Amino acid sequence: MEQAKKMNMKEKYNTMTGDLAWDFSYKTEAEIFPLSDFEGIKIEDWSKWQDPFRLTMDAYWKYQGEKERKLYAVIDAFGQNNAHLGVTDARYINALKIFLTAVTPLEYGAHRGFAMTGRAFPGVGAQVASQMQSIDELRHAQTQLHTISQYNKYFDGLHDPFHMFDRTWYLSVPKSYFEDALSAGPFEFITAISFSFEYVLTNLLFMPFMSGAAYNGDMATVNFGFSAQSDESRHMTLGLEVIKFMLEQHPDNLPIIQRWIDKYFWRGYRLLGIVGMMMDYMLPKRVMSWKEGWEMYFEQNGKMLFDDLARYGITMPKFWEQSVEEKEHLTHQLWLTFYSYGHAAAFHTWIPDDSELDWLSEKYPVTFDKYYRPRLVYLREQEKAGKRFYNPSLPQLCQTCQIPMVYTDPKNPTKRVYRETTYKGDKFHFCSDACKEIFEHEPEKMSQAWLPPHQIFQGNCGGATIPDVLKYYHFTENDGGEFLHSRDNANWNMWKGLTPDEEAA
Amino acid sequence: MSEKMVFLALQDNEDARPIREAIEADNPLAVITQFPGVYKIDAPGRLVINRESVEERIGRAWNPQDIHLSLVTLSGNIDETEDYFALERT
Repeated sequence: MEQAKKMNMKEKYNTMTGDLAWDFSYKTEAEIFPLSDFEGIKIEDWSKWQDPFRLTMDAYWKYQGEKERKLYAVIDAFGQNNAHLGVTDARYINALKIFLTAVTPLEYGAHRGFAMTGRAFPGVGAQVASQMQSIDELRHAQTQLHTISQYNKYFDGLHDPFHMFDRTWYLSVPKSYFEDALSAGPFEFITAISFSFEYVLTNLLFMPFMSGAAYNGDMATVNFGFSAQSDESRHMTLGLEVIKFMLEQHPDNLPIIQRWIDKYFWRGYRLLGIVGMMMDYMLPKRVMSWKEGWEMYFEQNGKMLFDDLARYGITMPKFWEQSVEEKEHLTHQLWLTFYSYGHAAAFHTWIPDDSELDWLSEKYPVTFDKYYRPRLVYLREQEKAGKRFYNPSLPQLCQTCQIPMVYTDPKNPTKRVYRETTYKGDKFHFCSDACKEIFEHEPEKMSQAWLPPHQIFQGNCGGATIPDVLKYYHFTENDGGEFLHSRDNANWNMWKGLTPDEEAA
Repeated sequence: MSEKMVFLALQDNEDARPIREAIEADNPLAVITQFPGVYKIDAPGRLVINRESVEERIGRAWNPQDIHLSLVTLSGNIDETEDYFALERT
């Protein structure tokens, strides 16, 4: 018997994806895919969709199964060998707490979103790619939860991440980014997540941070991080493919897509500021500064990405220059904010030691010594004198990005940026021209944002005092505040046989 | 940088080592930057991983899609066949 000729990669991809679709006989396409045209995106021919990775479902399961086996072997070994004791010092865990409480629910949100696009898109290539990504994102949420459960045995702040995510003031920043995308249509969602977030920005989330985890001895995080990131390369490629496909299908799509790119670039950049703060302040051993990361992955690589799209008429996202102007200020202003509100966070804050301050001076020569080092040194002296500073008020948040209104004008770095607009008789406040413009394009949607301080004042968060609100968040007395006085630090010193002075040194 | 660059990053482990060696042999203009746990490989215009070059090093069959197990990130347009995996930006 003659054996069938083995299919090449392209034939196999076509057989195992495009050929899986079928024609509809008793319902119209509009009835089956009701979400496919209300956003104004026009698709003439879904068969033009070509996934550049040409990964078929059978190969997908094979590779994902192998990734899972490797990952869980490491997580098991981590638990068995008390590998939490191998991290550089207990301060590092606080960066991980932010990552795990902020990003894990986003992974789950992405799982839901891609399940939606996989159902909503009429083309089979896009359906298969969405399905794979939806399963990937669920896997990421699971692997991160398993990592949380390891660290939760030993450290505070990780005991109730999903409850915290839906309520806590700083976790509303990632939550609102994702829910903005999830509550839009399928094309906006996939532009927001696959292109703006994954293709343009996630290199900054995973490369320096996971490399930072490796540098700081955190085996569990390195492994879930790089395991997730290996899927991410496929997601980034999908992001680029989606944009090119939409642009090639109809010229009317260009202005819609450009606006989405502008919006989600800025929102994603605001969200990544928190990652920048982790890179500059929270990793005891640092890989690169936020400024260096932004230069490498956005200013150099991002520009090349947008050069690729210039032939379609796509330009660099509006307000990108602002992100470059802010790069010497961003992380210092955020850390000072979290330091001041440390009593209302589920992770610890501290003042960097002298060698770390020197590193920051070297990495931020234009701004750090002039504007930020003196404030940090002052706060350290206050703490030593028994007067650790906490801000007892509630912060005013930007209506769009939901970050406290703490950013200053880079041209006038001691002056905060306050923008405002009026909609239906109410006044709304913004941290930047970009956030204001995003609001003004979609005021009906953005005016309904759930802003934690407003909700507290409206009586929706357990009471009017900070202890009431922290109870509503399910924070315990050990979750937040100064690192030096924390249970984490005391436990760490005990486990490692250190005296507090040795640890501080 | 006036030249259009592509890059990929691989996990710094034993699975990826023959891939790295094949890249170094076949892409003389590639520059490798080491970070903890990961390295980034930049090249002008095109970066290719040839199936045969990897197979020579590991002594068994290798499918270019196996790159999925080691890949951390990439930048460029993908050109993929049974015989190679390439990134391009022209």
